[in-house]
Amino acid sequence: MEGDIVQMGAYIGAGLACTGMGGAAVGVGHVVGNYIAGALRNPSAAAGQTATMFIGIAFAEALGIFSFLVALLLMFAV
Amino acid sequence: MSTEAAAPSGLQIHPMDQFVVKPLFGGETINFYTPTNVTLWMALTVLCVIGLLVLGTRGRAIVPNRVQSIAELAYGFVHKMVEDVAGKDGLKYFPYIMTLFIFIVFANFLGLLPMAFTTTSHIAVTATMALAVFFFVTILGIVKNGVGFLSLFWISAAPLVLRPILALIEIISYFVRPVSHSIRLAGNMMAGHAVIKVFAGFAGVLGVGAIAPVAAITAVYALEVLVSFIQAYVFAILTCVYLKDALHPHH
Repeated sequence: MEGDIVQMGAYIGAGLACTGMGGAAVGVGHVVGNYIAGALRNPSAAAGQTATMFIGIAFAEALGIFSFLVALLLMFAV
Repeated sequence: MSTEAAAPSGLQIHPMDQFVVKPLFGGETINFYTPTNVTLWMALTVLCVIGLLVLGTRGRAIVPNRVQSIAELAYGFVHKMVEDVAGKDGLKYFPYIMTLFIFIVFANFLGLLPMAFTTTSHIAVTATMALAVFFFVTILGIVKNGVGFLSLFWISAAPLVLRPILALIEIISYFVRPVSHSIRLAGNMMAGHAVIKVFAGFAGVLGVGAIAPVAAITAVYALEVLVSFIQAYVFAILTCVYLKDALHPHH
């Protein structure tokens, strides 16, 4: 019984942890959207900033991956 | 693995089973010398790299054939990336970044084959590479700049009152680097393959009428091909960024 409640809590926590990935989605969308907006205004400068965009994506995305990792830990390791 | 016994009925989807390390020739115990599926797919990765970069370019033709032009494309791509991000003096460390990039690209792409094992989905693998980068960059920075390397944490552009707080934040973010560097790659690979497996489980339940799951698998697979490449690119480019920090620590 007690173990069931603990497991239920772990599953609910895993689901809640996945909401963090939505934040990463917002972040990645913001980075790429701003890159596109800037690139359309000044297309000649766009090519030099692609690497910067990917670095920005990577930083924004890492935090979403962290929440995914917490969900996995709750599902399989706790 | 508490879920194995808990759910005896309902959908039988085990998306994480594909990441289990198994010995190749039977048996249960895994020692460091046991040939497992990890070692098999890592060896295949190395063989593919050799096939593309060593055997492919052996002809050294002026007009390259297909394999040689792919190898030249990869070389030029990474070379330009190192030059753009780390600067001219970062080019000395180009072979290391090329090695990392090519290895990760091939490990990711081989993991996309059906029944394959994705070596880069294990944090043990990616953490080794990330820690190697971390120690390499830190030692290089100290050797090149001496005590001046610490000015990476002391942001002279900020007001004097803020500098200690910023230094604390910078030091924390510096030491979190290998964690995020490794988990980003492993997490992306693991998540994508688990998603494909979940949709495959739906297709297995629906049987013949499983058009929607199969279409979804196709779409996710295409996304995974893109993600495989971008994650290798991101890993390499972040290595370049860390390298630039080590070579020029002054903000």
